[in-house]
Order: sequence, then structure tokens, then C-alpha cells
Amino acid sequence: MSLEPQPESTPPASPVTAGSSVPDLPGVGTRPAVERPAAAAPIVEMRDIRVAFGGVHAVDHVSVDLRPGEVVGLVGGNGAGKSTLMRALSGAHPADSGEIRVAGETVSINNPRDAKALGIETIYQTLALADNVDAAANVFLGRELKTRFGNLDDAAMESATRNVMGRLNPRFRNFKSPVKSLSGGQRQSIAIARAIHFNARVLIMDEPTAALGPAETNQVRELVAQLKDEGIGIFLISHDIHDVFDLSDRITVMLQGKLVGTVDKNRVTKDEVLGMIIMGKKPDEVTEKELAELHG
Amino acid sequence: MSEATSAPGTTVTADPPRRSMAGFLQAIEVDTRLLGMIVALVVIWFGFDLLSGGLFLTPRNLWNLSVQSAAVAIMATGMVLVIVSRNIDLSIGSVVGFTGMLMAMIQAEWIPKNLGLGFDQPYTWILALGAGILTGGAIGLFQGFIIAYIGVPSFIVTLGGLLVWRGLSFQFSQGQTIGPMDGIFQLMGGGPKGSLGATLSWVVAGIAIVFIVYTLWASRRRRRRYGFPVRPMWADALLGITGCVVTIGAVAVANAYPWPEALAATYATENGITPPPGGLIIPTGIANPVLIAIGAGVVMTFLATRRRFGRYVFSIGGNPDAAELAGINTRRTIMSTFMIMGILAAVSAAVLSARLNAATGGTGSGMELYVSAAAVIGGTSFAGGIGTIPGALLGAVVMQSLQSGMVILKVDSPVQDIVVGIVLVAAVGLDTVVRRRST
Repeated sequence: MSLEPQPESTPPASPVTAGSSVPDLPGVGTRPAVERPAAAAPIVEMRDIRVAFGGVHAVDHVSVDLRPGEVVGLVGGNGAGKSTLMRALSGAHPADSGEIRVAGETVSINNPRDAKALGIETIYQTLALADNVDAAANVFLGRELKTRFGNLDDAAMESATRNVMGRLNPRFRNFKSPVKSLSGGQRQSIAIARAIHFNARVLIMDEPTAALGPAETNQVRELVAQLKDEGIGIFLISHDIHDVFDLSDRITVMLQGKLVGTVDKNRVTKDEVLGMIIMGKKPDEVTEKELAELHG
Repeated sequence: MSEATSAPGTTVTADPPRRSMAGFLQAIEVDTRLLGMIVALVVIWFGFDLLSGGLFLTPRNLWNLSVQSAAVAIMATGMVLVIVSRNIDLSIGSVVGFTGMLMAMIQAEWIPKNLGLGFDQPYTWILALGAGILTGGAIGLFQGFIIAYIGVPSFIVTLGGLLVWRGLSFQFSQGQTIGPMDGIFQLMGGGPKGSLGATLSWVVAGIAIVFIVYTLWASRRRRRRYGFPVRPMWADALLGITGCVVTIGAVAVANAYPWPEALAATYATENGITPPPGGLIIPTGIANPVLIAIGAGVVMTFLATRRRFGRYVFSIGGNPDAAELAGINTRRTIMSTFMIMGILAAVSAAVLSARLNAATGGTGSGMELYVSAAAVIGGTSFAGGIGTIPGALLGAVVMQSLQSGMVILKVDSPVQDIVVGIVLVAAVGLDTVVRRRST
């Protein structure tokens, strides 16, 4: 399979760059990637991913990709399969079939440890924090620093945690409290700290702002922009179409386990994306009549 | 489920101390629940002493109390980890019976009779103890495997284990009492000869004091190096001095309990010592079972708070899904907790059968309940993720104190059970209410 750089977007004629019917067309676009040559090669390519629970195809032959410094928004209704698709990438629930490439190399991700080793970090909607241990223990959970005798080096872990939290949430002080006694925003910042401390190349954020107030939501938005500038590729799962529009470069829409399409944010309207979410059709396939019905 | 002071290594934040009880507790960074238990224990001890007219707080009674607590205390250190990871081990009483029986058979039947090597070989005790520990560990590993990898609930697996290992130990012994034990093996059970004596007890106290001071100093130095807030100097000094005073006091009490006169007299004749007027007084010192229990406490505390294994156990107990998503091998961790539990049950079995100088099919029966109760009274939560090993050791002492005290007060045995049962529920109830309010 060719690893040629893919363009950031397709020619204006069609805003759709990938669909379930369009497998992989490297070099379809003609615009040379002069602005960010490093960003052009996908950091993650998921091809033909299928995940089934019993007889139900939660994810049915879906392909997506992600470039460094790019935010791809994943949208769709409940049960669309966006979280399941990402769980295949994060190792939480490996895919039944399909191919995953990271930086061009085919990889096999069978558990969260595999994903982390590849630089794929995940911020789960539930945050997935160990409630009874402190912030540093959570940031380093599964990757503890050890002294030369193999004991836990709590001081070093606390120090590193203080550093990363100083960047994310400077007012954070509760380094010795079990995380369950902390506020939603504080817990969120610990989950983010855990994801970014280990030099992630790819970040999966599952509804990162669902549990947050307006101020904290803005913090997360700023962080996304910052991480993007650092060249991290981000998959952003969200119910909130406004969030997705503000933060994403491209938007991938799923419906009932199938890929509807991936569109360049600058080439579609929110209404068109909503149409894709509800009707499962790309904007150019939607008839005037259907559009009228949608607006009701 | 929500309070701020119980997982290992977690303490309240080191803000500037306030002039109040809360500020004081915050400054010394001591687990408030542990402190509450110590207060409760002191109240129980002085209460029984008052009611019994001074019979409770005697070196003799306290020494016996320490020996009687040991077998439950040893296993309680392991039960903490099992319960913290949201499991239970109901089989340990039967594992005590089975491994005790095995160790007794090795030293009373197989080595001396079947192999014709005779009693009291120098290696007998180590062979017997080694076989017991290996067997206990293997039983734990096997049960842990079924629980962690096949996914049968621990309640079911260990309930089955309770029946199987008990049945096997009766089957194995044909209902007989197996004894006597090897001479060296017996020393694990305590008694005047199975104790350290004055000098060695002071040596142990010295090691403990050096350890306490070093730990406080090293932790202070480490936090300084990273520029973290440190406890005020007076708080560290207070903790250190309290630890040293308690250590010295405990050893002084153990040494104040002399050998029984008759035994001392025999010892004098055997060693050609002329007894002074009033008889030879030999201090008993720390009993070996107590030393073993303290050793188990130290090792298990180290495992629980300083090693990845312990951190994973507490993380799994707090949120099993999060632990799994963090890439922790949760199954192996759970299996290991049961293996450790089995090893500790075997150690406990050695102590018990050494003390009884025999093993019966029924040894250890019902102990799983006392061990769980000790862990729970010591602050371990069945909801998972919460518990400390020092707490469990204290819990074992609290339970034994209640029982000894009631024996001294001549309370009937059924009433003793009623009281212990009520105390168990009351202690956990109080703890639950306090925790909920501190949210």
C-alpha cells in the first residue's frame, strides 16, 4: 500500500475525502502539501475496521486516518460506533478485523499497553481514574517510576506530576488526596495529564468536555489547540456539533456502525454535517426534498 | 466511599497548620482512622483493667494477648489485599488445617517413622515449614487462577476451598491428632522457650527505633530534595518520639513477664546455676509468633505501599476498569493476592500447630471469619480500594483484647460471641457514618 502523503483536503468539487465506498485513494488530491510537509503523512490509518458484539456489527468496515497536528472530529448519534472504533485504536477492545497503521507501519494493538507503547493515549469519557490513589499514582498508573531497588519512586512521580499539572491547571494543589475527593475539572486535568505526560503522538479524547463547566471547557479547548500546535494528532469524539466544528480540521461521521463520510470542516456547514449524522448520506447525495424534510 | 485519608501512602495535604485539632492532625499527617483505632484500643484496655480490678494490664496478660493475636494477625495482613481488590478468601481456615496437618505429618510421621530417620533432626523444621509454605502458596495460586482467569467469583471458589481443604485434612489424618512436633519447629509457637529473652528483645527494639528514625528522616530528605512541602519539624519529632516510646514500652512489658517459676528452676538445675533467693527470674521477652506477625506486617506494608504490586491492588479495588485500561495485568495481580494469602495461612498454621504441639483436622476452623473481621475492624472496606495493614494488625489485637478481657471477667462464651459480633458491626457502621459525613 502506498504511503504517499495525502493532501489535507480534496479538490473543491467534492468535500468528501473518504467514505465506506472509497477505500484508500492516495494521491487523489493534487495540491502539494507545501505548508506542513511533516504533517502530510498520516500518523494513524485505520482500514476496514470491523468490531462485532455477538451478531451486531458495532463497527462495520470503517476506515479513517489522522495526520500529525490534525484534529479529526468523530460524530454520530448514540450507537453510531465512534467510541467502539476508538476503543479498537486504544486497545480497550481490539478490532475483529481490519488494519491499523501507525506512522506507516502495520501494527497490532491487542491491549491498552500496546497502544501506549505506540504513543497512542486516550482520555476516556469516564476518565478511567483509580479513585483511591492520588494524582501522581494516576498519572503514572501502569508506568510507575521506580528507584534503583525497584520500589516506587513516589517523590519523582509527584515531582513530574507537579510539573505537568503546573502547565494544565496551575491552581491544582491536592497532590496527596485520593482523586475521588477532587472536583470534576480537577479529575479531568489529571486524566489529561496522564495522556500528555508520556509524549503522545496520538490522542483520543472521548467527550472531553461533557462533564465540565464553561470555564473548564474553554481550558480544554485551549489545550486542544496547543497540543495540535505541538504536532499531536487528535481524534475528538463528541456529541456537541459546535465543539466539533470549533476544534476539528476534518469531521468523520458514523451511523449505525458504518462510515458515512469524512469531510473538511471548511467545506461543509453544520447543517450538512447534521444531515450526514441523521440521514447517513453525504451532502452531495442529499436531495432537496430530504433537506426540506430535515428542516421540517 | 468518599473520604480523604485511607489509601496507602495518602495523607491529608500539608497546608500550613491551623490551631485546632484538625490542623494538628493535618500537620502530623497521620491516618485519622488508625488514630481512632488506637484510641479505641486504649479505651478497651483501660476499661477491662478497671472492671477486672487490675487483672488486664499485667505483663502476663498482655504477653498472652500478643501471642493469641498473632495467628489471626499474620493472615489479616494478607486479607487486607484480598478485600481491597474486592474479593474474599473464605478458605484460609481450612488451608490452615490442611497445611498444618501436612507439616505435622512430615515431622511426626514421614521423616521420623516412614523414612526411619528419627525425631528432632536439625533440618526437620525447615523441611516441614518449607513444604507447608509451598503447599499454601500453591493452593492460593490455584484458587486465584480460577478466580482471576476463569472468572468464578472468589466467594464461590473459596467457599468450595473451605469445604475441600477441610475435608482433605480430616481425610489425610484419618481423624487423628498428629504430634508431637519437632523441637525446633515448636519454637515458632511461642512459650517461654519460643521467645526472644531480654537481650534479643532489646536488640529488636533497637532495630525498630533505627528503622523509625531513618524512615522519617529519609522521607523528609526526599521531599526536601524535590522542594515539596515537608511536615513541620515538631510533627516529625513527635511521631518519632511516640514510635520509640511505644516500642520501648512494649519490649519492657514483654521483658517484665518472667518464665514460670518451675521452668526457671528446671533451667537453673540443667545449667548449673544456683537460683538466687526468691527463685531465678528469666525475662520472657517478645514471643516468636509475635515477631513473625510483626515481620509479616512489615513485609506486607512494604509490598502494599512501596511496590507496583500493592499500588495495582489498590487501583484495581478503586476502579477495576480504569486499572485494566491503564494496562495493568489485573488478572495476575488478583491471582497473586490469593497466593500471598495462601502462604500467610501456611505460616499461621505453623505458628498454631507449633503452639498446640499437634495438628488436628479441625485446626483453624472458623478462622477465616476472625481474619476478615480483623481486617474490616482495621478499616478495610469491602467496597474495595481502602485498607491498611497496620490497621488490620490493630484490628486483630482489638478482637483478641475483647475476648481476653471477657474471659478475665468470666463472661460466658456465647455472650463473648454476641459482643464480638456487635462490636464488628458497630465499628464498621461508625466508620461508614464518619466517612459519609467527611465527604
